[in-house]
Amino acid sequence: MKIHEYQAKELFQKYGVPIPRGKVAFSVEEAKSVAAELGSLPVVIKAQIHAGGRGKGGGVKLAKTAAEVEQVAGSILGMTLITHQTGPEGRLVRKVLVEEGLEIEKELYMGMLPDRSSANVTIMVSEAGGMDIEEVAAKTPEKIIKVQVNPLLGLEAFQARKLAYGLNLTPELVKLFIPMVTKLYKLFVDYDCSLVEINPLIITKDKNILALDAKVNFDDNALFRHKDIQVYRDLDEEDPAEVEASKYNLNYIKMDGNIGNMVNGAGLAMATMDIIKLAGAEPANFLDVGGGASEEMVENGFRIILSDPSVKGVFINIFGGILRCDVLAQGVVAAAKKVDVRVPVVIRMEGTNVERGRQILEESGLNLTAAKDLTDAAQKVATIAKG
Amino acid sequence: MSIWVDQNTRLLVQGITGREGQFHTLQCRDYGTKVVAGVTPGKGGQNVEGIPVFNTVDDAVRQTGANCAMIFVPPPFAADAILEAAEAGVPLVVAITEGIPVLDMMRVKTYLKGSKSRLIGPNCPGIITPGQCKVGIMPGPIHKPGPIGVVSRSGTLTYEVVHQLTNQGIGQSTCIGIGGDPVNGTNFIDCLSAFEQDAETKGIVMVGEIGGSAEEEAAEFIAKNLTKPVVGFIAGLTAPPGRRMGHAGAIISGSSGTAQAKMEAMRKAGITVVENLGQLGEICKKVF
Repeated sequence: MKIHEYQAKELFQKYGVPIPRGKVAFSVEEAKSVAAELGSLPVVIKAQIHAGGRGKGGGVKLAKTAAEVEQVAGSILGMTLITHQTGPEGRLVRKVLVEEGLEIEKELYMGMLPDRSSANVTIMVSEAGGMDIEEVAAKTPEKIIKVQVNPLLGLEAFQARKLAYGLNLTPELVKLFIPMVTKLYKLFVDYDCSLVEINPLIITKDKNILALDAKVNFDDNALFRHKDIQVYRDLDEEDPAEVEASKYNLNYIKMDGNIGNMVNGAGLAMATMDIIKLAGAEPANFLDVGGGASEEMVENGFRIILSDPSVKGVFINIFGGILRCDVLAQGVVAAAKKVDVRVPVVIRMEGTNVERGRQILEESGLNLTAAKDLTDAAQKVATIAKG
Repeated sequence: MSIWVDQNTRLLVQGITGREGQFHTLQCRDYGTKVVAGVTPGKGGQNVEGIPVFNTVDDAVRQTGANCAMIFVPPPFAADAILEAAEAGVPLVVAITEGIPVLDMMRVKTYLKGSKSRLIGPNCPGIITPGQCKVGIMPGPIHKPGPIGVVSRSGTLTYEVVHQLTNQGIGQSTCIGIGGDPVNGTNFIDCLSAFEQDAETKGIVMVGEIGGSAEEEAAEFIAKNLTKPVVGFIAGLTAPPGRRMGHAGAIISGSSGTAQAKMEAMRKAGITVVENLGQLGEICKKVF
């Protein structure tokens, strides 16, 4: 799960990680009063959306006077911000973070994330802050200093020192940095984070070290034990169809194509999307109904796919294991009775109770095309895409 | 002609009294697996269709000689169940449970480095040696005994692959689903190296997906160490970056973890890469 910068900074504050003074605002009036409360100018006004690249897209601006606060907040609130992470449709900005402007001496980078193969938490720092860290890693890997934290031992003092000295910090700043990284690691573990990233982490002219930006993501699998994080979920930042799907425990992701598809199992769902693409069409979605889907889940999944106006055809690919083919067929028939199926549907089923499933579909009187295998299904999908 | 499970496997099931646990336990027994015990804390002394239930894994192992554990315990308690099996000295632990927090698995994996237990999974369909022993949730009848080892990160995608092999008359020595989570126990390399050493396995099908770098590492290992032919498939060519495609582990972060990069690494390692899943069976027929 992703959260906003202002929410991440609330967590930082709770753990004693230094951040600039500031507050979130939902309107121009609120932005003005936050600026007045801060009592100093300039202030920085930052669009709050779940995507990076906000600065380049014009979503982060400096306001030097009270009049500028009003003008800048007014221009950012309500704008459709387009960054390299939002896609061409952009994202509507509904709130801004208003913060004190600071005099920056140097920009650093810090990131924490689980390392899959070693099962450690990797902490990375770099003097090349404020830049795209992937680019730094590709071009100048020597500028990134890493430590691997054993999850059973936790962050050791020598590791924190290695990071601090790797950043060439002065002795005074080392004293500030070590407790900061220790607190961040505690936050990371306490809340089952999948990413904590500060870019930039700044050193100010008055020799302070602060998190100017804050990005925190959480492990979805661990949200059950963090009720206080669940309230941070912002449904405005999610696709409405994806929110609808999540109510039924369906894994749905909206894509740009026009062939809807419903599959059981994530790996097979991805492979099915690839088959659609290889057949010369583009998938309209990813939809994994799961290994043990019920008739109701299948019905809702089918309905959600059909609610997408760009869908010109649907490909249902089910390998019956735990999800039996007859259950799938009943779900599809039930959904088809409730919604108007206005596009061709290709169904390919295999596995448990496949004969019974095929029979249910045949007897339903629905206009469905049965495919005998994946190659056959791909050809039928390609025909739909061309039509 | 198999790796890790065969007719000598004596299975215990943790979480046997749950709905899923019970259903799949009986499916495994029907397939021919020797299911000797179940474990559910607080239900020791009961039985499930004749299978005795114990309070602890330790009790179950001492009284039944179980040498393999299959785990159906819900996510909040699953890490604990894996550790309990390892502490009881069970050599093979197969965790089916989906949705275990990553940090829990990191602690478990770090602990297991000093243990003799092998973990398969979590979030996996399990392991099957066709005709001998099924430890997992895969549909038994699609499998056929034979010379090809299958290793995969997926569930139903593995069934699809196995189904195509069987339709082509190609049987399997052992099929293993290593699971779709970012942190898992047994990895591709462990399976590949075991298949290489298994005299009866003549070829290998490896099924990967986007996210992480396990496929790239496996490809490098194959180039250096394997003499047997390998056919590979990667799911997720069309997956967008930054989105979790169902599996917690299936996510392209930045430029790493893409299907293209994985396929390229596999081709370089001399693996026959199948692009269109529909053709996998036919291509295997030619290669093997």
